[in-house]
Parts: sequence; structure tokens; C-alpha cells
Amino acid sequence: MPMAASATEPMPFLKGLEAAPAAGGGPAWLAAARAEALARFREAGVPTPKVESWKYTNLARLARTAFAPALAIDGGAQAIPAGRGLALPGAARLVSVNGRFRPDLSDLATLPAGVEVEGLAAHLAHAPEGLAGELGRLVGLAGRPFAALNAALWQDGLVLRVAPGATIETPLHLISIGVAGGEPSLFHPRLLVRVGKGASATLVESHVSLGGEPCFANEVSEVTLAEGAVFHHYRLIDEAPESYHIGTSGMSIGRDAHYDSFAFTVGGRLVRSEVHLRLDGPGSDAHVNGAYLVGGESHVDNTGLIEHVAPHASSRQTFKGVLFGRARGVFQGKILVRRDAQKTDGYQLHQALLLSPGAEVDAKPELEIYADDVKCSHGATTGALDADALFYLMSRGIAEAEAWRMLTEAFVKEVIEEVKIDSVAEAFRDVLVGRLAAIEAGDGGRREGP
Amino acid sequence: MALLEIRSLHVAVEGREILKGIDLDVDKGEVHAIMGPNGSGKSTLSYVVAGHPGYEVTSGSIRYSGTDLLEIEADERARKGIFLAFQYPVEIPGVTSSTFLRHAVNAVRKERGAPELDPIEFVRFMREKLKLLNITEELMKRPVNVGFSGGEKKRNEVLQMALLEPRLAFLDETDSGLDIDALRVVADGVNALRSPERAMVLVTHYQRMLNYVVPDRVHVLAHGKIVRSGGKELALELEEKGYADALAAA
Repeated sequence: MPMAASATEPMPFLKGLEAAPAAGGGPAWLAAARAEALARFREAGVPTPKVESWKYTNLARLARTAFAPALAIDGGAQAIPAGRGLALPGAARLVSVNGRFRPDLSDLATLPAGVEVEGLAAHLAHAPEGLAGELGRLVGLAGRPFAALNAALWQDGLVLRVAPGATIETPLHLISIGVAGGEPSLFHPRLLVRVGKGASATLVESHVSLGGEPCFANEVSEVTLAEGAVFHHYRLIDEAPESYHIGTSGMSIGRDAHYDSFAFTVGGRLVRSEVHLRLDGPGSDAHVNGAYLVGGESHVDNTGLIEHVAPHASSRQTFKGVLFGRARGVFQGKILVRRDAQKTDGYQLHQALLLSPGAEVDAKPELEIYADDVKCSHGATTGALDADALFYLMSRGIAEAEAWRMLTEAFVKEVIEEVKIDSVAEAFRDVLVGRLAAIEAGDGGRREGP
Repeated sequence: MALLEIRSLHVAVEGREILKGIDLDVDKGEVHAIMGPNGSGKSTLSYVVAGHPGYEVTSGSIRYSGTDLLEIEADERARKGIFLAFQYPVEIPGVTSSTFLRHAVNAVRKERGAPELDPIEFVRFMREKLKLLNITEELMKRPVNVGFSGGEKKRNEVLQMALLEPRLAFLDETDSGLDIDALRVVADGVNALRSPERAMVLVTHYQRMLNYVVPDRVHVLAHGKIVRSGGKELALELEEKGYADALAAA
């Protein structure tokens, strides 16, 4: 293995960056923020495993890759790969290609009343001062070089507003597609969500990339829930086998608001989802759930910080991982309870199933508590399929491969069942079942046997 | 040639020998009881016939319907008509009972060249058997054995036997932990499945199940060997005198 490059050595990744055209235009506050963010990234560089929060995720391969800025792709709907992403026929579709929102491919005409959707660049063009102080508020750049890189170089993004009191039944489905040209391509999607007081809405995201040269989606999301808001936020990450996805999200949950999320990662060379969720309002509540099912050389890292700021708030995290081939999983979950966050109820569970000898998982659950009247628990398990259950199924005539599939499906389904919107849960189950069938059929040598 | 022929079977678990030379013939239409004190190797014998991978056959043979059973895995044995009612049925969270049973029934039917059942046909087929064992359809919507009472788990095992229609069934301590009413339901279920084409082996510590399911042959297993065999009266003798006397007489 070559050594991970350090920030002081020039590396292909940074050379590509030098060649990147500065994302120009926009108001003065934005130009200043971009310049500061770029300086931050240059200072930090691509993190090595010596950086504590990147201890288990080695970026040497990414750092060796010379990524060019992904090009804007015009043209029609052929950009959307058939059969990729979640199947949600009833949802309002919002499409982004290489980090640029594509109104022409989106269902803007049929958006329910109370929802406003706009491209970030377009929004700034007509309201240049409106997002000052909001953009970047929930994702601090200290110790987050990729968020800094995004802040410096984003081309576009999506701004989503749900009006106070609006109840939006139709799920919004953001399909974010990465298309590499003739060389490895880097883009920086940006998502800004604000759900108004007492409003409720569902956002589903499908992140996919087309094969060929690797894509690197370096994504930043910010979600603000006002008092009493309810937001269901579900994500599928199904990147191409050689592609990269690093997502950094910040959420702020207001008084008595409820944030309910589930993220399912099923593809990508390296996927890191870093979440910093703040329970800022008393009585707020967050479910931050996830699952991953990958093989081959995939590396999936879920890193989360759940910060209890206000009292009487509760958080619940359930993660289920299935790894086969030589895949690697990382779970770093921290619950931080601030001094004033009395009566906090925090729960965290990570369970991983290793289905082949080459698969590996690192789990690091942490509790950091400064309040004295709280209830917090966490747990982590890692193991093979339950041999007794496997024998029980086989003793009834069910072939080993089928028994393996049934048990693995059941393991992941448990957390999918917590998805509150039935049509979305169904779409996730379809992805799970389809993926397991492909693995059972020996798709691309992704599995080394059960 | 008997349906099941076990010859000088030696079995070890983690290097420790549990069965030390078992010889046993069971023919179709027969019901055998294997009795013995705890730790005698009764459950081991059941698991080995069913094909549990944790048991190592160090020598001897098991032939079933003319084929070498030790050459095939548990799932294939089941499809060929071997069934084990577990002493401790396994809980499988996330897998619905009816889905599991339909998969199992279709795997066995496929092997026999019978058409597979779709979910509606399966429910119809299952309904008759549920009545026989006094099990509600509601229970079948729950995950396999999860939250089932002890009696429900045992009845569920006999239900599976009724659905899979095996040619050779081992029932491992199916009577243990049942009150008298539950025991009667289970025994009625087992009796209903007695057939000239089917062999059954009841593995039990106690004689009481045998009041309801009367065996043709009774064997006493102790220290890894069959030490006595006889007719149904042997069970009564064991009940009266206990294993110590029976073993001393052996």
C-alpha cells in the first residue's frame, strides 16, 4: 500500500483542484466565504488516517486520483439511468446532474402548494443577500475539509422551503446523478432545506452515478426544522463501483420538531456520510437510521454526531450493516449531551453482519455527557449469520443460498420497517430484495459465498 | 431393508465422543421411542440424522431409503423426507412464519415433482393443518417462533411436520414443557400423522407422551449406546423402576 499523501505534498487530487476554474460571480459575502473555505481546504488537505475522525477511512486512493471538475451536462432525460435510484412513481421528481439542478427534468409544475423548490444559483441571482448567514450555518468548516471544498467550489444546489403550517403529503424525490466525462469527475452538490413552523414534508434522495470513469460527489446538506415541524428524510446511495461519495450534513431541530431519517448505502468505492444533528429545541426528537449492504472493495463510513443542546429531547439511531467480499464498514457514532440538556433520552445501536472472511467492520460508539439527569444507551454487535437459524431453515428443506438470503433480508428489513412513509419503505425493500438476488446470482463476484 | 438403517454410529462434538456405536433400524409405518436419562446422547442422534453441521460422524453409517445420508446436507435431507421437530425451536426475527413455511413447503414439493403453491393456495392448505393443531392464523403472521409461548412453539413444530409430510420424523422432546392439555393437542397431531408410509421416532425423557402416542418399539439410550430394546411395555417398566434399575438390568 502506498503511503497516504499528506497535505504538504502535492498530489494529483490537489493538482486537479489548481486547474479548477474559480466558481465566479455572486454577491460579495459569498465570494469572501468561498475564498475562506478554499484557504481552509488547502490548509487541511485530504485527511490521512492520522486525523482522528478519519482513522478508519483511508483516502489514499482518492487523493491519488486526478479529478477534473464535472461538466454541466445539457440535453435530455437520457441522463437519468433507467432502473437506478428508488422507484417512487407517486413522488414529485427533482433532478440534479453533476451538482446542477435541472428544472427541465423536474416535476416543478405539479409541486404541491406550500413547497418552494429552486436551484441555488438561480435563487442567489434574484435574492443575492437572502442566504447570507444561512448558507453554511449548520456545517462548520473546522475539521471538515470536504465541506470546505464544497463551500469553495459548489456550482449549484437545491433550495427547498416548506411554508409554515403546510402539510405536504406527496414525497419529493431528489435524484442526484453523477456523470463522468472522459476523466474522473468531481462535483459539489448543495442542499438547503427549511421546514416552517408546524409544517410537515418528506424528502427522498437517490444518489447514483453512471459507470465508466469514477465520479466524486462531494455533497453538503443543511436542514432546519422550525418549531413543531415534521420532516421525513430518506436517502439511497447507489454509486457506481468505482465512484466516491462524501456527504456532510448539518441539521438543526427546533422545539417539539421531529426529524426522521434513514439512509441506505448499496454502492460506491468509498462512501462517507457524516451527520451533525443538533437538537436545539426542547421536546425535539430525531431518528437517524441507516443501513448498508455492500461487497467487492466498497468502503462505507457512517459518522454521526448527535448533539443534545436543549432539554427533554430524544434521539434514536439504528444502523444495520451487511458486508461481503472484501468490503469494509465504519460506524462512528457519538451522542453529545450538553449541560442544559436535562431529561435527554439517547439511544444508539449498530449491528453488522459479516458474510465473508475478507469483510471487516470498525465500530466506535461514544457517549459524552455533561448533564446529570439523562438516559443514554448504546450498543454494537458484529458477527456472522446465526448458525442455529440457518440450520433451522435448512432443516425444513430451504437451500442454503435461499436461507442465507431470507436471513440477511430480515436483518436489514428490521430498520427499513422504521421508515414511516409506506411507499418509500416499499421502494427501499425493493432495492434490498433486488440487491440480494443479484448477490445470490453472483453478480460481478461481489460475494465470496455466504 | 428398513427405511432408516444406522450402523455402529460414532459421533463427536468438539472432539468429545457422544455416540459410541449406535445400531438402529426404523421401518416405514413404525413408531419408535428412544428414551434415556439426560446427557445420554438422544438429542445428538436427532441432530445427526437431520444433518446439523456441528456434529462430527467419526465412524459408522446412516442409510435412508438406500442412500448414504452422510453424503448430503440438511436441506437436501429435508427435501428427501426427513424431518426434525426441535426440542428448542429457533426464533427468527424478521421472517414471517407463513412466508417461511411456504418456502419450505414449496422446496419439498418441488423435490417431489409436485407443483409449487402460490400464497393463496398455501394459506388454504395451511388452514386445515392449523385446525388440527389448534393454532390461530394470526400466529402465522408473526415472525417465526418470536414471542411464541412454549406450547405454541411445540405445536408449531408439529404443524411443520403436518405441512411437510415427511417420510421419517424425529421428534426431539416434543413433550417437554407442555401441560396436559397442550400435550394432548400435540399427541393428537402426531397420531393423525401416523401412516403406513411414515416412520416416526419419539425422543423423550419421560414416558407420559407414550400414553398418548403408543410406540411399536422402545429403545433405551445410555452413555452413547442403545442398551435395551423392547416393545411398548419397556416404557412402563422404565416409568416404574426408573433408569437406574433398567440400566442395571441391561
